[in-house]
Parts: sequence; structure tokens; C-alpha cells
Amino acid sequence: MTDKIKKATRHTNQNEGLIFEKSSPGKRAFELPPLDVPAADPAKALGASYRQKGVEGFPEVSEIEVIRHFTRLSTWNYAIDLGMYPLGSCTMKYNPRVNEFVARLDGLATEHPYQSQELSQGCLKILQLLEKCLLEITGMDAVTLQPAAGAQGELTGLLLIRAYHERNGNPRKKVLIPDSAHGTNPATAVIAGYEVENIKSESHGQIDVDKLRDLVTPDVAALMITNPSTLGIFEERIPEIAEILHAQGALLYMDGANMNALTGITRPGDLGVDVMHLNLHKTFSTPHGGGGPGAGPVAMKKILEPFRPVPILVEKEAGRLALEQIRPHSIGRVKAFSGNFGVLVRALAYILAYGPGVRQATEDAVLNANYIRKHLEGIFDLPYSLPSMHEVVFSDALQKKNGVNTMDIAKRLIDYGFHPYTTAFPLIVPGALMIEPTESESREECDLFIDAMRSIAEEAATNPELVRTAPHTTRVRRLDEVGAARKPILRWKPQASRTEAAD
Amino acid sequence: MRYLPKSPAERQDMLAAIGAKSIDDLFSSIPERYRLQEALKLPGPLSETEVIDFFKARAAENSGGYTSFLGAGVYHHLRSVVTDAIIQRGEFLTSYTPYQAEITQGTLQAIFEFQTLMCQLTGQEVANASMYDGSTATTEAVLMAERLTGRTRILVARSLHPEYRDVLKTYAKNSGLHVEEIAYSANGTLDQKAFESALKDDVAAVVVQSPNFFGVIESLAPLRDAAHSSGALLVTAITEGVSLGLLTPPAEADIVAMEAQSFGLAPSYGGPFAGVIASRDKFVRQMPGRLAGQTTDSEGRRGFVLTLATREQHIRREKATSNICTNQALCALAATVHLTLLGKEGLGEVARQNLSKAKFALAELENIPGVRRAFDAPFFNEFTVELPRSVKIVNAYLQREKIIGPFVLGTAYPELTKHALVCVTETTPRAEIERFAAAVRRALEQPV
Repeated sequence: MTDKIKKATRHTNQNEGLIFEKSSPGKRAFELPPLDVPAADPAKALGASYRQKGVEGFPEVSEIEVIRHFTRLSTWNYAIDLGMYPLGSCTMKYNPRVNEFVARLDGLATEHPYQSQELSQGCLKILQLLEKCLLEITGMDAVTLQPAAGAQGELTGLLLIRAYHERNGNPRKKVLIPDSAHGTNPATAVIAGYEVENIKSESHGQIDVDKLRDLVTPDVAALMITNPSTLGIFEERIPEIAEILHAQGALLYMDGANMNALTGITRPGDLGVDVMHLNLHKTFSTPHGGGGPGAGPVAMKKILEPFRPVPILVEKEAGRLALEQIRPHSIGRVKAFSGNFGVLVRALAYILAYGPGVRQATEDAVLNANYIRKHLEGIFDLPYSLPSMHEVVFSDALQKKNGVNTMDIAKRLIDYGFHPYTTAFPLIVPGALMIEPTESESREECDLFIDAMRSIAEEAATNPELVRTAPHTTRVRRLDEVGAARKPILRWKPQASRTEAAD
Repeated sequence: MRYLPKSPAERQDMLAAIGAKSIDDLFSSIPERYRLQEALKLPGPLSETEVIDFFKARAAENSGGYTSFLGAGVYHHLRSVVTDAIIQRGEFLTSYTPYQAEITQGTLQAIFEFQTLMCQLTGQEVANASMYDGSTATTEAVLMAERLTGRTRILVARSLHPEYRDVLKTYAKNSGLHVEEIAYSANGTLDQKAFESALKDDVAAVVVQSPNFFGVIESLAPLRDAAHSSGALLVTAITEGVSLGLLTPPAEADIVAMEAQSFGLAPSYGGPFAGVIASRDKFVRQMPGRLAGQTTDSEGRRGFVLTLATREQHIRREKATSNICTNQALCALAATVHLTLLGKEGLGEVARQNLSKAKFALAELENIPGVRRAFDAPFFNEFTVELPRSVKIVNAYLQREKIIGPFVLGTAYPELTKHALVCVTETTPRAEIERFAAAVRRALEQPV
């Protein structure tokens, strides 16, 4: 075993240094066409602002070295393209290649946001069609495509709510958030100027509706709900929850992170939701890219429409489209230019590929989650037993008896060729294993995952040390996160790294 | 459907294994009256070819065949095919945020390299893994300054990108911040007197862009001195990163907020780009967003992890430094690859070409009767000219000659109705600059 690891780590591919360590003066990987105008003298043109020595420390390498460097790094990543990536809440589904192709077309990738709207009708038609599709999917009345990601969508949604209450004379003080919510919800509420009041879930993991009735006072601006919840459970009483809020003049915000469980089956707009965001990088297949970019469109009911952030897409005479920059009641601008346009293109390509058949994707996602649940129930503890939608949340209660926790199981899963599930979230499940297979997994892949999980459960009982010290097959072993935070090294520096570089 | 890996028989088998009679059983927790009875009214389904045809048709309705003189925060630069080849590798494209460090070392090391490159460019000590774009990076920099100083007044140069100012105001409204704008002076730089008289000991930050929205380069040292003398921080915004190949780094700034679009990212009608926040080591615990750090594994090998996460929303919830979760990682990777390709020499050469071509374009325009340079402070690849008539009218004429004219400053600055912000980069051939100047001359000769 030890010998094998040594062999692997000695391999050139596995030992790629930092690009800065490969640099040598005078090498280059990019050549420009010759300058076709007289060369300006930078010292004269810029005076004291002239950076005479250029950017010090910048790498100097050739093209093949750039290709090899980043290709080698890429092989150290796990990816959807390699196998199942069952990260709960993240919806790691297949990212269709055609989406990448169309986003890079000349005439789309090349367009400048300030070119005249006459020369941008193609871009604007894409935005309009995506808006229409998202309205149909959510059952809402209006939408903004501006927010760059889910968290910015949340902020936009809460600012809409705030503007609505302000216009009614009182912005109100509090936003209610269930204890099972994503961390972005409370962090966002604070930026929108609200106090956060956490609501404890009832014993089945749902919102305690009776308690909610007491909590909804005239001070409450909104409830932020995730549906299905982060337990993967549909909030059955959501229409009633909406009524309770509306009776007090408060609004219902829905975190649409889990829309992959609902698309084509039911519509938040029909359930009484007033405003929600969608994560196009989850439900609508745009690539996560190692952490972004995403897009977080916000769909809303009519009452919030006047407050939408600018720019706003409007249809003028003869079907001409335009972006309007000034609206009297708008919350303002949340991001420069016209949203993460390239991400919006990809999401529309996904929707067009499915059409109304997108319901099948939802059904398959829910089918996979329930199939996995069925085969792992009893082997792992299921703290909440209500029906699962697109994901299932177990706990490590059974394995903990042998000193094996959810993180250990997750790391061992790597040795079996899978990306771990989401660990230790939601917070209301101690030692959570949050598994979301998505529709992109075949039965065969689900079976392999189930076998792996069962095998790890057995190892946890018979050889817990093996699980606790996992992963055993990766290029690096568990990394010292405490040390990284205690003495942060956040950039390469010429001397420091030479002494620290491993052999 | 081509994306779904199941046959009808497999679906039936799986349902049987679960003990469900039909797929509807799995949705029984949704009250029946709320379940859709008919299919969604969506266009499609489309085959791959049809998807491509649809978007090609839309692309054809845009600006193909036109030459652009627009910048104003989004720039046309040369991009190597290598960058796209790398970022389309599935291992980068289809990977998640690198929380599981053992199997995301590729992304983590690339982020670490990105952070390093951003520090080298900006003369700062620490940079994060990216923000959404330059506008939200600027806003987050201001919120960071508020946390660091405990103060709430913010002085913002009017020569900061108008949309960045808008975004800042949207965020500031409910964060208890008071944003005041500081005028520009006759040469286009920040009005130092107006700035100093607005500066009191309740100011958290002064926000200055350089090169600023008029293309003019600011001198940061006196601004820093004044700001620091009253305990305020200097936030410097940069929309055109290529300028740093030729300009002294904004090392005077306490926080730098930069747009990285110029580093290998297509204009793409406004996004996705990547925002950068860079600052001093001592401020790192108030930074927003993700940070990759170097560490070792249990066998002593170098590796990288996401670190200092106790600042972030998934740990700190309502006490986090920001609500950001998803950032612009793949765009930051593109910038890393692009800058590595350019290298030290390449970036300097691109920057020199930009400067030379902009100088050439200005000289061409100044030859036209009635056209004059509006601000005389040094510039990089954008400059402001005053025309003898409305820029909108001139641009309408230019469009007929297949030219996308310069940015109309009057839309954001009512006092600058005849002012145009012209951008020329290494991608603009001399012949097109000459054609542009000739067309402007003809436009101005048209009867009113």
C-alpha cells in the first residue's frame, strides 16, 4: 500500500508545482500581432504612474507548459463528468456541452452591454424567452434575471419585500427563518436591514405552523422558507403558511435551491409564495465551474413587480425589445450590466432541450433519491421519516457508536470513486449525510453508490480505523485545515515557497 | 430524452424496488390540488442541432460586422483559444466548490495561483477567490471598510463607474451607510479640495476608480494621505485590469476592488465576469468570500484548502462578513490561465499596445475641427472627447457606417452631453481607427 502511494506521488503528473515555480525570464506563451501605430512612450505618457519594471513575480512560461500545468491540475479534481456527485442541496446534474457551445457563439459572447439596443435584439430575445419560461415554471407574474447567484437573488427578493412594506408605510423589522435553512438566508436578511428570528422545526422536520402563527406579528416582514426543505421534505402546509403570513401583511419568500424537486410538478406561485429565487446553476444545469459563476433570477407576484431592479426588459412597438434603466419605485441596481448573460444563455439552452418534458427530469431525480433511501434505510439512521423528494438526509448515529462520523464516511466514499454527499448540513441533523443524486444518474450508478455506502457501513463496524483515516487513494491525504487557518498562507512568495515545497 | 440515463423499464424496476405503484406516489406529499394537471407550456423539446440553430439565429440579430469603440467597464481584448480549452475541461467545468480538498486540489491550487496573481498585479498582500463582478466587489470593499472602521459615511468619486455607484447605493440603503459623491476637477481627476472638505472623522472609506470612468489616471498617494489622516480607508476600484501592465500598482489603497473581465473573459453582453478583492494581511479576517490557503496533508505534502471559513455564511450565518456563497470561480480560472499565458512580458506588451493605439486614436480625432480632448490628465486606453454636437446623433450616424460609437457620457453625467468616452484596445486595427475618425468627421459635417 505504502509503496503504491509513493509511486503515485512520484509521478510527474502528481507533482506539479505552482506556476510561479516553473517561471524563467524571457519565456512566453502568447504573441501579439505587431503594433500598427506609432509606439507611445509610456514614461512620457504616464509620468509617475508608469510601472517601469512590469508586474514583478508574474510567471514567464511557454504555451505547452501552460497547457500541461492546468491539465495536470485538472486531473486532481473530481467532477460530474467523472461520476456521481451526490452533494445535497447543490444539484450536481449533467451540464450539457451544447450549452457551452452556444454561450461562446460569435454574436453572443462578443456583444457589449452598452451597444445600442437595435444591435442587441438577439440578446434581448434570449432574455425575454428565458423570462417567459421561468414564469411558466414558477407560476409567478414577473421576474428579474439580474442577480448573479442564489445569495444575490435572496438579497434582491428581500429588498423587493422591504420596498413593498416601505411603500405601505412601514418596512417592518424581522425576517423569520427556519433552523434548517441555508446559511445564506440569515446572512442576506442582515444585509437587507432585517433582524433574523430563527424558527425551530417541529419533530417531523417541518415548520411548526402553530408556533409560526404566534410568531407572525406586524413586525414580521417575511418568512424565508426552503421548499422542499433542506431535509428534502415537501412543506405540506405551505398554502396555510402563506395564509398566516398574508393575514398579517407579511410575505412568503421561497429559497428555490431545491426547485429540481418541483419543476413541472407544482408551481410555487400556485402555493402562495410571493417571491423566490432560482439557482440556474442547480436546477437549470449551468456548470458549477468549481464554485461559480451562477445566476439567481428572482420571480415574484404582481405586488412586487414595481420594485424590480433595473434594467428592466420591456417590449415596445412592433415587438422591439429594450432595457429600461429608470423606474420610479425600483430597488435600484444589484449588479452592473445585464445579469450573468452567458449563464442565462446556458439555462435557456437547457430548457429548450427539454421543453415540457422537463417534468421527466424532476421525476427521475425524485425516483433516484427514493431508490437510494430505500436501499440505505436501516443501514444508516434516518432521523426524519417523511417522504423524500429529490434528496434524502441520513445521520451518522449508527456509525458513531464505532467512532465513525459523517465526515469519515464521506472521505471513505472518495476511495470508492464517488464525490462525498453534503456533510454536517442541515444543522438540525447532527452528523448529517445529505444525499442528492439528481436525475443524471443511471440505475447502475445508483447501485454502485448504494454498494459503496453499504460497504462503508460494514467497514465502520469491522474496521473503523480504515474509515477514520480515509481517503487512502488520493494524491493528498486529509489536509491540516486548522494549521491553514492558524497561520494563513494565502499567496505564493518567492522565498517562502522554495523552502516549503514538498519533494 | 438524451440527457436522462434511464429506460422506461428501468424506471418501472426502480419504482417496484421502492414499493411505489407509480411515479405519482413519490409526489404524494404535495397536496393533489396543487399538482399540475397538464404539461408546462414551454417551447421545445429541441435536438442539439435545433438548439444551436436557435442561438445562431439570435446571434445573427446582434452586432456582427460592426467595429466597436465602447469600453466603459467592459473591454474587447484578445483571448487565446488555450483559455477556453482549459476551462472547458470537465474536471474544472463540472466540479463544485472545493470543500472536499482531497479531490479538488486542481481547483484549489488554481485559486491559490489566482490570489497570487491578483496580489502581484495590485501590489496588495492578500486577494480572495473572486466576487460576482467589479460592481459588487466595490460594494463589498465598502462594507469591509465599514466593519474595519466602525464608521458609516462613504465618500465616492463621481468618476467611479455609474453602475458601480448604483449597486453601492442599493446595498448601502439598508446597511446604515451614507454615501456622498465627490466631484471631479477640470482635468478629470478627483477634486482634492472637495474631497478634503468632505473628509471628517466619521468617514469609513473614500472610493476612487483608476483609471477612472473618464479614462483618467488618479494619483492615489495624496488621497491615501488625506484619508488616513482622518482614519478613513482608501478603496480603489479598477475596471480595466490590463492597465496594471503599465501602471504602478495601487499599493496605496487599503482595499482594491477590481473587475477581471479584461483577463480573458468575453464581453458576453455583461457577464459572467469576476470581481476581485485585494487588501492587506491585517484586514483578512474582515474580507468577504472564499480564500484558498496552503497547508500540508497528514504525510507532510503541500496541499491547499479553503480557509478562514469562520468569516463565511455557511458557518457564521447572520454574523458572516458577506452573504456570498457561489462566486465566479470558472471566470477566475480563465483569468489565471489568460494571465499565465500573457506572462510578465505579454501583459506589458498588451498594455503598451492599448496605450499606443489610444494615443493614436486621440490624435486622429483631435485633427477634426471642433473635437477636443476634455480632460488633460494622463489616460490609458480610454479618453474623453468633447464634440461640437450631441454624441447620440453622431453615434446614430456611425451606426449606419457599421461602427458602434463611443459611450455617451451624457446618460450618466447630465453636464457632459457632448462628451464621448472612446475606448481603443489592441484588438482595434489602425485602419478601423482611421475609418472611425473619418466617419466622425463626416458625421459632424452633416447638416443639423
